[in-house]
Amino acid sequence: MALPNRKSGLEEQIEENLRKVYQKTVEEDVPDRFKELLEKLKAQEANK
Amino acid sequence: MSAVKSLDGNPDPRDEIVEHLPSMRAFALSLTRNGAAADDLVQDTVVKAWNKIDHFEPGTNMRAWLFTILRNTFYSDKRKSRREVADVDGSFAETLSEKPHHDGRLAMRDFEEAFARLADEQREALILVGASGFSYEDAAETCGVAIGTIKSRVNRGRARLAELLHLNADDSMEMTDKATMAVVNGMIPPGRFSA
Repeated sequence: MALPNRKSGLEEQIEENLRKVYQKTVEEDVPDRFKELLEKLKAQEANK
Repeated sequence: MSAVKSLDGNPDPRDEIVEHLPSMRAFALSLTRNGAAADDLVQDTVVKAWNKIDHFEPGTNMRAWLFTILRNTFYSDKRKSRREVADVDGSFAETLSEKPHHDGRLAMRDFEEAFARLADEQREALILVGASGFSYEDAAETCGVAIGTIKSRVNRGRARLAELLHLNADDSMEMTDKATMAVVNGMIPPGRFSA
């Protein structure tokens, strides 16, 4: 019988898990060291 | 060529870097598989991007540009150190979520461990295309290879994951298609077979 033509279940599961792996870090708060770094770089620029 | 300083009234594209930090950290973690190494890699990338901003074309995809610098830095560090910094069972594993998968399909922890065992190039192709939403074209440009190469890395990465997780397409079809089958069966009008 003809099932709807779509991605295989396996492919879907893999993509769902990849997105979860990635999203978990994306949703973390960015450590302060990066904001401090950007401020430092900006300050250096201003003094040029 | 336009100046990049905000003094002349043009927005400084570097102000946009901060918005890309979360995805840069996620991409870096998928490459290094170690939280501390990932953040060091992001830091180096930010400094390089800051100093090379003249090479960025305003209006183009800044995330792809930053990811290109990030991965070039990763591979050049790796060549320099000539050693594998993978920490498959250590700090990367500690970052894994322990909670069971909501529907018990694929345990997240098993998945992440399998993912960490893939070749670097397969991991990055899968993350770029499968998770961060890059087009094949952007992923190819970011990695400096042809689109076909990215496609084959994605396919080989998927196949390797399935192998490591002892999955095969048929098993998984059975698992995930139960719901579909139920819908399909439910949609068959009563009496259809008696007509």
